[in-house]
Amino acid sequence: MSANEVTATPPRPPLGRRLATFLYRRPRLQVGLLLAGPMGWLVIAYLGSLAVLFLAAFWRLDPFTAQVVHQLSFDNFRTLWESHVYRRIATRTVGIAAAVTITDAILAFPIAYYMARIATPRVRGLLLVAILMPLWSSYLVKVYAWRTMLQEGGLVNWALSPLGLKGPGFGVVATWLVFSYLWLPFMILPVYAGLERIPSSLIEASSDLGAKAGRTFRGVVLPLAFPAVVAGSIFTFSLTLGDYITPQLVSNTQFIGNVVYDNVGVANNLPFAAAFALVPVAVMIGYLLGARRLGAFDSL
Amino acid sequence: MSRPWKRRVGSAGLALTVVFLAFAAAGCGSSKKSGSAMQKSVGDGEGHLSLIAWAGYVEDGSTDPKVDWVTPFEQQTGCQTSVKVAGSSDEMVTLMRTGGYDGVSASGDASLRLVGGKDVSPVNVDLVPNYKDVVPALKDQPYNTVDGVHYGIPHGRGANLLMWRTDKVQPAPDSWSVVFDPNSPYKGHITAYDRPIYIADAAVYLKATQPDLNITNPYELDDDQFNAAVDLLKKQRGVAGEYWTDATKEIQSFTSGSTLVGTTWQYQANTLEASNVPVQAVLPKEGSTGWSDTWMISSKAKHPNCMYKWFDYVLSPKVQAQIAEWFGEAPANVKACSLTTVKNHCQIFHATDEAYFDKVAEWETPIADCGDDRGNTCKDYSQWTQAWTEIKG
Amino acid sequence: MVESPLTRIALRVATALTLAFIYLPLLVIALYAFNDSRTQAWPIHGLTLRWFSKALDNQGARDALLTSLKAGLGATLLALLLGSLAAFAVQRYRFFGRETVSFLVILPIALPGIVTGMALNATFRTVFEPFGLGLGLFTVIVGHATFCIVVVYNNVVARLRRLSRSIEEASMDLGADTWQTFRYVTLPSIRTALFAGALLAFALSFDEIIVTTFTAGAQQTLPIWIFTNLSRPNQLPIVNVVAVLVVLLSAIPVYVAQRLTTEAAVAAPGAAAAGARQ
Repeated sequence: MSANEVTATPPRPPLGRRLATFLYRRPRLQVGLLLAGPMGWLVIAYLGSLAVLFLAAFWRLDPFTAQVVHQLSFDNFRTLWESHVYRRIATRTVGIAAAVTITDAILAFPIAYYMARIATPRVRGLLLVAILMPLWSSYLVKVYAWRTMLQEGGLVNWALSPLGLKGPGFGVVATWLVFSYLWLPFMILPVYAGLERIPSSLIEASSDLGAKAGRTFRGVVLPLAFPAVVAGSIFTFSLTLGDYITPQLVSNTQFIGNVVYDNVGVANNLPFAAAFALVPVAVMIGYLLGARRLGAFDSL
Repeated sequence: MSRPWKRRVGSAGLALTVVFLAFAAAGCGSSKKSGSAMQKSVGDGEGHLSLIAWAGYVEDGSTDPKVDWVTPFEQQTGCQTSVKVAGSSDEMVTLMRTGGYDGVSASGDASLRLVGGKDVSPVNVDLVPNYKDVVPALKDQPYNTVDGVHYGIPHGRGANLLMWRTDKVQPAPDSWSVVFDPNSPYKGHITAYDRPIYIADAAVYLKATQPDLNITNPYELDDDQFNAAVDLLKKQRGVAGEYWTDATKEIQSFTSGSTLVGTTWQYQANTLEASNVPVQAVLPKEGSTGWSDTWMISSKAKHPNCMYKWFDYVLSPKVQAQIAEWFGEAPANVKACSLTTVKNHCQIFHATDEAYFDKVAEWETPIADCGDDRGNTCKDYSQWTQAWTEIKG
Repeated sequence: MVESPLTRIALRVATALTLAFIYLPLLVIALYAFNDSRTQAWPIHGLTLRWFSKALDNQGARDALLTSLKAGLGATLLALLLGSLAAFAVQRYRFFGRETVSFLVILPIALPGIVTGMALNATFRTVFEPFGLGLGLFTVIVGHATFCIVVVYNNVVARLRRLSRSIEEASMDLGADTWQTFRYVTLPSIRTALFAGALLAFALSFDEIIVTTFTAGAQQTLPIWIFTNLSRPNQLPIVNVVAVLVVLLSAIPVYVAQRLTTEAAVAAPGAAAAGARQ
């Protein structure tokens, strides 16, 4: 190698590399570019339109002209607070959402545990496929199938009659049942992921310290898997809170979604619908805050 | 960690507030609706047409290859037609407000909302040759004509009937009392239409059973009349089994026996009879509510010429006959009666039987203006909706 | 923890029961696809195959399926892009508003569908329409991507948290720039998370109805087609057939994705080592 080649300036690096170096020195710009797309859409377009929608909650409907009056007023909120039926509907919706979440957590745990810790990789793969496939069948068709099963001469009654029992028929119990069914895969997957993450070494250490299987489960596995359960519960809770199709098909009861849907359809009572829609929004924001505190966001 | 956190939240809050206010300002200055000018003449088709319709009104062969009156329209006029099927009047109103459609087949409880919201333009009926053959009873009705200005083309009409399982319900009922009686023997197996407009059905019943309430129009209810209807429906809630929002739901319910008696459209009765489920449907002695549908043109229609061509096409006798038979309703154009495959279709559906339709109070949008000397004391649809929420509980 | 044989058996039974619970309604749907009668009563009286031929002939169903596939693909790709970008930003950097990103991303799926639908509808009308872009397939894709971002985001964030940065730093020490490091080291490591997120995002988009109603204009996706046909008694059996066929067909992409994720998990360290040697 001659002296000239050693001291000659190196050729300019290609554009890609120059850009990479440029960005490497400017982390703020990196973040900005990364976030520009998603945040731009979510904040400006989505949040912005939500803002306008919920601003409408503070407007009211003029009963004579049936037009929306763009004046600040708390009429809608007063109606919601004073009339007990809306409180009842909100309580019912939140209550069922909680019941569905607990049910799904209990139902999901055995199968998630089996998949995560006991099944062979091949079986695990097959089970994952088995759980993901029903997500592809239409939500509407599934609810209609449940409707058929729960009706008077349906499958559930037919199966229970030899035992002398009767099915729940249509009603609040039916909505709990159908919601638990619909959102179960959304709970199984995060719980499975959470259980899979628990290092075997921790469990071995626990049994080395003398804990029996049950104690290890209660003391080690459950606390470590809890954030994952909370993560899954975000979906079960929120999907139940906003749904109006299932309550309509398998019960006569009204959920928050039904009231919002009924009022929004009326071309001129968007203010009231928006006001009532703030309830699930507030509940979800509270739930998300709680979930984050419990570490669920790390386990989604 | 708390101070930086507070600072971050504060700044985030400020940023969000700015975005919020910017959008609020934009939202307040929302687009004014375009002027509702009436068309003066029908030019050439624009090549496309976008409609909102009830299921079964705009068939292009995709449901059943033999049921198709859209393809001949497309061939004749060159207007490629797409249809959005809506499940309820409420949905139709919401969709029309988005402004992406040329026309809608609005029932009477949607049409006035659309007129009031300036979502539809007046229709120049002189430009629709088939309009002259429309049954006189459907012309110049309060739900399609406002202050003498026509807002739509009649499509067809039908009544809401009382249907029951003939094998389980005896004797055959002839009155709505069987669904309103708090001591009804069919408790838990009664059905009702799950929409606020059903309050009018209670009003129809009260018109006959409580004449001292002076109910003349079941859609124009003042305080006393409205409260009486709502009380009746709250009592009905105790004996009702299911409420239905779509035809399939009700058909399933009657087939399985979960429901034995309740209100229906002729469509369900026909389908159940065709499946050998023993039912019968009648117009009870107190009368009933019903619906009369109107084709309306959007105030933001991008293809008005095609829409006018559709107006005339859908009113033509042959198409009217096809639709009336497929859906199960009375056609608006009497010339269709001689073209139906079932010879006495028009008799079954009482197409020209005004005595029958006198007992039918067609769906209208309740508004505050009572239209008589009571002034603006009637309940409007938003109040009906809130009351319905309270009835269902 | 060595689970006792009893526990293992109990768990196997529980798994089987749970699977049975999940698949029971699907079997009912499949049964009704062969139902002779148009109305869904129980028990079934007669069996027939004619609904299958009717469904395959049905132009509306085929168009709707195609539209749904296109919308799902578009939404998934968009969600993959946006979700990954956001995940990288949150996981790798500290910046003002970092905690709120997770909130924002989950909002579209946490709020009632009708609220999201109306909000997006208003945005499309005020922003896109002046540019001549009406409601259609594009708005459906954008609408779906909005709430699909979160599933991709969560998966990628979770994976990034587990990844040690040292391997990336090693790659850069060996002379790779940011793009090369991403392509040869980071991407293979997050590939399985991307697949999982993409699969879930596609499933969400494929079956969504409420938001789609407000963003679709005259387009019919499969759920909209099903919704309109569920209320027509003549069509109910065909809907059941379509549902069954879709589930059966979905086994293929789900299985393929499964195989790819297990293979990728094994191959990733190898690819990373190979890439760093470039």
